[in-house]
Order: sequence, then C-alpha cells, then structure tokens
Amino acid sequence: MTNASSSQAGGKPEIVTLERVTKRFPGIVANNAVDLSIRAGEVHVLLGENGAGKSTLIGMLSGLQQPSEGRILVDGVPTPITSPRQALALGIGTVFQHMMLVPTLTVAENLLLGGPWWQRPKSEELEARVAEISRTLGITVNLHAKVSDLSLGEQQQVEILRALLRNSRLLILDESTSMLTPKGIDDLGALMRRLVEQGLAIVFITHKLKEAAAFGDRISVLKLGRKVGEISPQRLRARSENEIIVEIVELMFGRKENDPEEQDRVARAFPVETTPLLEVRDLAVPATATAPGLASISFDIRPGELLGIAGIDGNGQKQLAEALAGQLATSGGMVRLAGESLNGLGVGERREKGLRYLTDDRLGEGTVGTFPVSINFFLKQIGTSPFWRKGVEQRQEIDRRAGELVREYDVRTPSIKTPIGRLSGGNIQKILIARELAEGVKAVVFNKPTYGLDLANTLATRQRVREVAARGMAVLLISTDLEELLSMCDRIAVMSGGALVGTVENSGDARTKVGRLMIGLAA
Amino acid sequence: MSVETTPASATALEPSLPEGGRGDLVRRLVMTLGPILAALVIAGCILLAVGVNPLTYYGFVIERGLLSPLGVQQTLTRMAPLLFLAAGLIVAFRAGMWNLGGDGQFLLGAVSAAAAGPFLVQFLPVWLALVCAFLLATAVAMLWSLLPALLRAYQGVNEIITTLMMTFLGTSLANVLVKLAFLDPSTTVPQTRTLPVEDRLPRLFDTTISSGLVLGLVAIVAVHLMMTRTAFGLKLQVVGANPRAAVHSGLGVPTLTIAVFAISAGLAGLAGAVDILGVQGNVRADWNPAYAMAVIPMVFLARMNGFAAIGFVFLLSVLSIGGESAARRLGVPHHFTLVLVSIVLIMLAVAEYIDHHFIKTRRV
Repeated sequence: MTNASSSQAGGKPEIVTLERVTKRFPGIVANNAVDLSIRAGEVHVLLGENGAGKSTLIGMLSGLQQPSEGRILVDGVPTPITSPRQALALGIGTVFQHMMLVPTLTVAENLLLGGPWWQRPKSEELEARVAEISRTLGITVNLHAKVSDLSLGEQQQVEILRALLRNSRLLILDESTSMLTPKGIDDLGALMRRLVEQGLAIVFITHKLKEAAAFGDRISVLKLGRKVGEISPQRLRARSENEIIVEIVELMFGRKENDPEEQDRVARAFPVETTPLLEVRDLAVPATATAPGLASISFDIRPGELLGIAGIDGNGQKQLAEALAGQLATSGGMVRLAGESLNGLGVGERREKGLRYLTDDRLGEGTVGTFPVSINFFLKQIGTSPFWRKGVEQRQEIDRRAGELVREYDVRTPSIKTPIGRLSGGNIQKILIARELAEGVKAVVFNKPTYGLDLANTLATRQRVREVAARGMAVLLISTDLEELLSMCDRIAVMSGGALVGTVENSGDARTKVGRLMIGLAA
Repeated sequence: MSVETTPASATALEPSLPEGGRGDLVRRLVMTLGPILAALVIAGCILLAVGVNPLTYYGFVIERGLLSPLGVQQTLTRMAPLLFLAAGLIVAFRAGMWNLGGDGQFLLGAVSAAAAGPFLVQFLPVWLALVCAFLLATAVAMLWSLLPALLRAYQGVNEIITTLMMTFLGTSLANVLVKLAFLDPSTTVPQTRTLPVEDRLPRLFDTTISSGLVLGLVAIVAVHLMMTRTAFGLKLQVVGANPRAAVHSGLGVPTLTIAVFAISAGLAGLAGAVDILGVQGNVRADWNPAYAMAVIPMVFLARMNGFAAIGFVFLLSVLSIGGESAARRLGVPHHFTLVLVSIVLIMLAVAEYIDHHFIKTRRV
C-alpha cells in the first residue's frame, strides 16, 4: 500500500496509519500485525474484550510504548512516537479510562498545568479559547469549579477540552464510558459526533457492542491481539443496529478460517444416572464495588466431564472460580465434591480434598516471581511431607521432585533454581498445571488456561485439560474463547451478570446457541 | 514462546552456578563498597564544613571503635542489642511488614527487664531471675505490637504508620513507668533500681564483653535459618513477596501477620532486656538510644541476610562507639553516626538507580 493511494482511499484523509504493528511482551503477543487507518471526520471504534490488545495499541499511539515490529505513519510519513509529549505535539490526544485531572485544583488550573513553568499562566487567553471551543461544541464548562465537585461525565468533558486546547487532531477515548451513567454515555456520543463533524478523528475504545454500533463510523474488532475484522462506514450505514451487532458477534466469536484447532467435537454422552463428581447448588457471592457478585449458580459435573463456562469477560467468571477454590467468601449455596460437602472449608482444605484451581493470573497470584522454579512447584504444599519434615525444608527432595516435574511437563527452564518470573508465560503455565494436578486431584477449575499463550503452548495446555477429563476428573473450563470451549467441552454454560443464563449441550448448533446467550438473547 | 532451544531434560537438573559467577560477585562488592566510600567522602565534606578534619575524625573513630582493646570490647558488647533488633527486623521485612516500632518495643522490653531483674534476684536464683526477666520483656514487647498487628491483619491498616505511632506512645509509657512505677527511691537521679553487677549476664572470659553478644549471634543465626530453611519461614517469605499468592496458596495470612509482629517485637524486647541485664543495669529516665532506627539501614544494606547483617551491625557498632568517643574529644555530635549511616543509605539507593539505569540502557 503506498501512502498516496491509501490516504485518499476512503474519501477522507488518513491522519494516522498503523502498518502491521506487532507488540510483544515477555510470554505474550499483545498485538499481532495490526493494520489500522484512522481518518479525519470518523469515529473509529476499537472493539474487543479485555486482553484483546486495545490498551497496548493505545499505548503505542500515545507514545507510552514502542511497537516491536511494523510502523506508524502520521500524515503518511513514518513517524516513531517516542513519548507522550511527542504524541501531543503530533496532535494525538488521549483521554484515559481513569481520570487524569488533579481533583483539588479548579478546571482552569488543570487546563493550564501543561504550560512552561517560567511563564505566568495565561488565564485570559484560556478563557477566550475555552469559550470558543465550548460554544461550537455546545457544552458548558465552569472553569472555576473544583474538579472534585464535577461529575465523572463533566470531568471527562474537561479532559476532552484539554486535548482540544492542545490542538489535537486525533482524540483517543479509552474505555471512556465505563464509569459514566447512561445519560453521560449518550452525551459523550453526541459530543463525539460534533467533534468529528469539525474534522477531528476519534478512536473510541470499548468492549460494549451496543456503544460500538451506536457511535461508530468504522468498527475494527480485535481478538487476542489480532484484528479480526473491520466494518466500513458504508456497511454501517446500510444496516440496522441489530444486524451490525450480529455481525460483530460473528467476528468476535465466530469460526476462524484455517483454524489449526479445528477438530471433532467431544460431545460424549453421559448416562443421566451417573453420580456427579462436583455439585454446585445456588452458590451466591455478594457484589462489591469493583466486582460483580454471583447469584444462584448451580451445575453438576460428572466424572470425566468437561463443562465450559462461556461469557464476556468480567461477568463473574473469576468470582465463580475463586468461590469454588475457597478464596472468596460465599453468602450461600453448597459445593459438594464426591458427595462430600466443602462448605466452610478454606483454600488449603479444599485442595486437600481434591478440588484444584488453576488461576488465570499467573504472575499476580499464581507464582512468586522471585522464587525459584522448584519452590513454585510446591507453593500450595508448603510444610507437607516429604518436602518438609517437621517443618524443615528437605531441599534434596524438593529438587528431585521438581526435576521430575520439569521433565514430565516439558518445562523449558535454564535450571530449577531460575526465578520463575524469568520464564515465558507458557512455561509458567506448565508449572502451575503440574502443581494443580499433583496427587489427590478430583476436580479442576481451569480459569482461562490458554490466555496469552502462543499457539504451541495453547495446544499443549488444551491437551493437558483433555487428559485430566479423560482420567475421570471433573473439569470446569472457564474461557472467553468460544472456539476453545466448542472444541473441548461436553456442555457449555453461559455466564452473564454473575448468573448462569443457560447451558447448552455441545453439538450441532451449539455455536449459535451459545453466541445468542452471550449477547443476551434466548438460546 | 519457547525460544529456549536447549532440551529441558539435559539442563534442568544441573545445579546452576550463581549467574555471572565472579563478575556478579565483583559487581555486588562494588555496589556495596562504592556507596560506602562515596558516603565517607560526602560526610567528610560536612565535617570540613564544621571545621573538623575528616581524616582525624575517621581515624579517631576507627582507633576508638576498632583498634583500642577497650574500644573493641565496647563495640562487641554494643552489638548484642543491635543483633537482636536486626533479627527482629529481618523477620518482619522479609515477610513484607515494616515494623518501624522497634524503639518503642525495645524501651518497653528494657523497662520490663529493669523492673523484673532487681526485684526477682531477691528471691530467685540469678539465672532463673534473668530468664524470667527476658521472658517478661519479650511478652511486653509482643503485647505492644498486638494493636498494629491486628489492624494490619484484619483491617489492612498500614503498619508503618501504626508502629511509628506506637513507638511515640511506647517511649512515653516507658518514661512514665521509670518515673512513677519503678522509680528507685534510694537515688536522686530518676532511674529504676539497679541490677547488681555480679547478677548481670556474665562476661566472656577475661574481657568486658557481655555474653549478650553470644545470645545475639544465636538469635540472628536462628532467625536466618528459620527464614531460609523452614516451612514457616517460607510461608512468611511468600506473604512478603506476593501476598496475593499467599492467599491463593491457602496460607492463613492474618495469623501469619500476627506471628510476624509477635516475633519481630519479641526480639526487639529481648534487645532491650539484653542491654539492661548485660550492660546498663537500670533504665534512666528519658533514655532512648534509638538503636532500632539505626539498625534499619543496616538490615537493608545486608539485603535482609542474617549473616551479612552481623557484619553490618559490627560496622554500626564501631561507628557508634567510635562516634561517641569522637563526640567527646572532637566536639562532633554523636548523632553524626546516624548522619553517616543515612548518607550511606542514600548513596546505596543512588548506586542501585544508576546500576539499573545502566543495565537498561545497555540492553536497549
């Protein structure tokens, strides 16, 4: 693609173009060869779930991070954006998810903050410019109000105003609606519309389908770091909002072409009379300010069965996993493993009974990054024989067993003494799996086991999960990757708003049924 | 991403050499000694500014703290309470809990021992009286840490603030106890009753070194082994290194938190007791040597390693004994020792920063 032809392709000039931009972090490919063209006069929606790579993309546009591969063109000229300051100078303004205003200062003081320190703040000039901008946009901003007295929606307007005062041509709004009221969201939509009418380009990041369809001129869908599709303005105009949503769902959760994972469904039949290995009845967890609660979760898993939990991220999946593992206090309900009630038991006792939990937060809670690989294998068994005798560490025993596990699970590590934090995500995951599958396992909760892994490790991990089920364990597989669930599970339950909204046998039209449940339609 | 090309089976079991081998050791040495030298130079400039020849001062400190027979004996005796305090801080810091209340716990332990010692020797064998005094000092100091411990364990209240506040209260309480409860009526100086010299901790061989030194060494080595070799120590380290992993692994974090505070404060109380029962014999009103604050930087310099801490505590001891003599002779306030230690710590941080920055730029 040459610049001359591409910049006029859509009729509107491209302000920023991303060409095959890839960003790698240790163990994770956050963005994989993403192409994106951001044009003046368009609201370009970046849609994707948590972890799809939206934030990394924004980080690169706003100068916080540098691409590992590929290039960014500004006005058709390849331009490395090396710092936030430079991004501003290029006319790229970012409004982050969390407010970046000083709450104890007034609006005017906040807007004047970026100026050179040796000059007196030019308040009169500011007032004139703000008056002009807010008149054309139809918003009212009280410059002398304290920021802490403003609503979140008003604060956001101030942040947008700040970006405009710095002559931004491209405005990036990162998950801007996540903290707003419905009215605030509508107001923001209207404001974005007026901004693009004035010739600005807007990149609007969200994981809400409805907002994407309502506000976007162009929608790009990101999935696991790749751009899986783009809906052009022509198509958006030609279709109704519902049709667009269906199309997006197809992009986000639909069948991939040339999927290496493509294979026969499991769909084994389990005799109804088989006694369930893991029974959960009416499990409830109160909601907190930051996390959804759980409401009357009930399901059974029979020996050897793989039950999948599908759903958009953040609908209570993590809470379910933690409640089962005993990490999160429940407010009601019952969990039985092999006929034995686990109610009231803590993390250690549940593990002892055979209920294991593979966390999705490998570095945050799964491991102690500075500890050697060998100790991390036994983090959940500290003090138990034969690795500790009378409370004293048996280093030889630990090293011997760790060595065995390293071989058995094919962990690639320079040594068992290497701090685990230095390993790649796939190898860390192997260690965690080995830890959870240690002696006495009866049921395993896998929370997003392949999240952030490369293909080889993803396939290896899926194989492990299947083997666990094949050995007659009960497996609960939580995943936001519908493909994964469809290729592995016997049944798939869909979670939404902290409740199971439906369970589907994995056969034939499961994909459509689960997809419909996920976006809130009846199966 | 399996970029590692070596087959796992071949390399996994080979005991790894410390990475970098000798280069790493040299780097560590430079990283420790460099800042100390830089600090000596800066402190020297300060001394010059106040009109003291730094070489005279340093020479005097080394002479009186390290080389003269009397000085070195005083230095070794001084190490006893400092070692106990360092041991207590190592437990707390390794478990990620910043017990900055060592001085309050130290003083309350000291006052308890000073109250119990002279009283108990009247009707108990000396050794038993001393043991009881030690136990009482430990218990009182532990009790003093209970409030910050509970607040941290169950409410997540920052223990840096609470332990510091408890130190202000503890210092005052110790003073009140000395002046009101345990005042020795037979002297005009406000102080507790004095433990007779023959009833104090025995001296080592024919020297003036208190056997508290041995107790201190035992304590710090025991703590080091506990932290590095036992399941309990490992649990504490998990809590310190990644509290979320501790919860995930099913460790009882609140219980462990309270245990850490109890051990840490108990050792601080023992430090107070060992100083009183071994050296001072009584507690004077308004006595507060602030050892704990001075030991904190040493524990950091030692990277919370017990054996390294012994070395740094010795250094602190030399500086403080030498510094006290120099204060009398050269007119440099004896707090200058703390100034010197602080500069060392700041230099260390600067060196760390430069090293980090250097490595980063080298990689890029």
